Amino acid sequence: MKKILALFVAMILGASMAFADSTLINGAGATFPYPIYSKWFDEYGKANPGVMFNYQSIGSGGGIKQITAKTVDFGASDGPMSMDQLTAAPGRIYHIPTVMGAVVVAYNLEGVSKGLKLSGDVLADIYLGKITQWNDPRITEQNAGVNLPSSSIVVVHRSDGSGTSFIFTDYLSAVSSDWKGRVGKGTSVNWPIGLGGKGNEGVAGMLKQTPGSIGYVELAYAKQNGLPYAFMKNQSGSYIEPTLASTSKAADGAVIPADFRVSIVNSPNPESYPIASFTWLLIYKQMDDHTKGAAIVNFIKWAVTDGQKYAEDLDYAPLPANVVQMIQQKLEQVKY
Amino acid sequence: MNRQDTSDIVFRRILAVFPISILILVAGIFFQLAYSSLPSLKHFGLAFFYNTTWDPVAEHFGALPFIFGTCLTSLVALLLAVPIGIGAAIYLAEYAPPKVSKFISILVDLLAAIPSVIYGLWGIFVLVPYMRNYVQPFLGKYLGFLPFFQGPNYGVGFLAASIILAIIIIPFIISVSREVILAVPSVYKESAYALGTTRWEAIFDIVLSYGRAGILGAVVLALGRAIGETMAVTMIIGNNVVITPSLFSPGYTLASVLANEFAEADSNMYLSALIEIGLVLFLVSIVVNILARFLIWSVTKGPGQVIK
Repeated sequence: MKKILALFVAMILGASMAFADSTLINGAGATFPYPIYSKWFDEYGKANPGVMFNYQSIGSGGGIKQITAKTVDFGASDGPMSMDQLTAAPGRIYHIPTVMGAVVVAYNLEGVSKGLKLSGDVLADIYLGKITQWNDPRITEQNAGVNLPSSSIVVVHRSDGSGTSFIFTDYLSAVSSDWKGRVGKGTSVNWPIGLGGKGNEGVAGMLKQTPGSIGYVELAYAKQNGLPYAFMKNQSGSYIEPTLASTSKAADGAVIPADFRVSIVNSPNPESYPIASFTWLLIYKQMDDHTKGAAIVNFIKWAVTDGQKYAEDLDYAPLPANVVQMIQQKLEQVKY
Repeated sequence: MNRQDTSDIVFRRILAVFPISILILVAGIFFQLAYSSLPSLKHFGLAFFYNTTWDPVAEHFGALPFIFGTCLTSLVALLLAVPIGIGAAIYLAEYAPPKVSKFISILVDLLAAIPSVIYGLWGIFVLVPYMRNYVQPFLGKYLGFLPFFQGPNYGVGFLAASIILAIIIIPFIISVSREVILAVPSVYKESAYALGTTRWEAIFDIVLSYGRAGILGAVVLALGRAIGETMAVTMIIGNNVVITPSLFSPGYTLASVLANEFAEADSNMYLSALIEIGLVLFLVSIVVNILARFLIWSVTKGPGQVIK
């Protein structure tokens, strides 16, 4: 018993000594970028042994709450903070984009593989319950040569609050005034129709099992699970396959404001996939702790440059060069 | 003598701490929930309980569809689980050979220990396709004249969720009811046999009558579990805010909306409304428990208890 106790004490002492000369940075927030953030923390930690990260993927809403309460050193969110949320924070908060993601429209139609062509207004009307059959003329006229069944469309959406739903409803609000007026955008909305699946896996499960269903998941999730997905019509009228390259294009050519709080859905870039978004880190302009502040800024500088090479392996779209340059300028203004 | 008195008092007082701590805990939960939901309570008032819209974007919140979903799924689950559970308990306690009874009882306890997320996954991949391909078309064909079995057939929905709930609570009913039946003194049964009753009559009139308070207690315990069950239900109920008599329709429960939306609730009113959902869940559990206690109380006062 004494031996075990001694061992236990030694372990605690050893652990605290290991932490003693390193900086521990706490973060919390979005679940969507969690895989790439873990990879970054790991790789950055190897190159800079003095810095350790602890990131809790509790969701974007949680990330915003925690950074506002200053219980963490940085937050993370898939949707930008609202004006009300920014004024509620005790200091000026900067949004720093880290990578980009796309939301794809997946479906289960016998005999139809990936590449069904859809436009934004048709997608909105499907989710509003106005288009109920797969062989509706508004769908068939975009898909000459595809044999669409006369079955009804089973609409699937996320039931849990999520950044994925935010991006998706943000897009529908951008392309359909009817959607904007009746439903709007948010991590959870009042869905007019449809089945709710919990998480990407819940939506994918329902899609795989329900013939005639349509739903939306993250690009990475659809690719890894072999779900067929639609090519979406973008602002310039081309049908674009969701890929990492076409996702990155969404930020290239869009007007990016200096605070980065921007929605890049329905981007004007003719090669862009229209349902794309940044994911952001949230940091204070004025950092309380000099050591931590310096470590966070250096980490972000690394992540948006050297760190971007890890993005594609994990199915995230890297930031375009113009955005990286803007971030570097922004980081110069952070004080610590 | 004096010394023993002191130690008795000390022991009694120490023991008294435990039930009081339970009281403090329950009261603490209630006040915390009520306090945190004050903004929502003030803003929506009683309308929160009868409004049917849940719109986080417009911040318009009503809990009725969730209350409806929780009550409906729990009730249907009980209707399915009680006959099976009590029937199995009678068989295990009265008919089964001791070895079989022991073996099955172990299996039942094992079932009670399975985490509900496992039931949920099983529900998604096994139960839901089965419901969509066989059970619901069958019910729609033969019982479709009833409003409960109409509407589009998705597989997920109230019925699938109720069945999962029934599967989750059956082990509780079997386990407790079996113990209650075994605790009936054999003298009563033997007396009944001596009066010339059949085995069935002895079980129905004597054993179940003697043990009905305990068996109802088992049902109440199971009901509590059904009301609070979150994960498995969320995974297969379809999460659609609606009030409808159709069991085929996707629905929503109080516990599910909490599990789904709490993590991403970003405005104060939204968060407050969700906490009020927690308060409603707490109140629903209390009301249902009180009703069940009354039921037990009225039953145990009935004529069947004369033999006691």
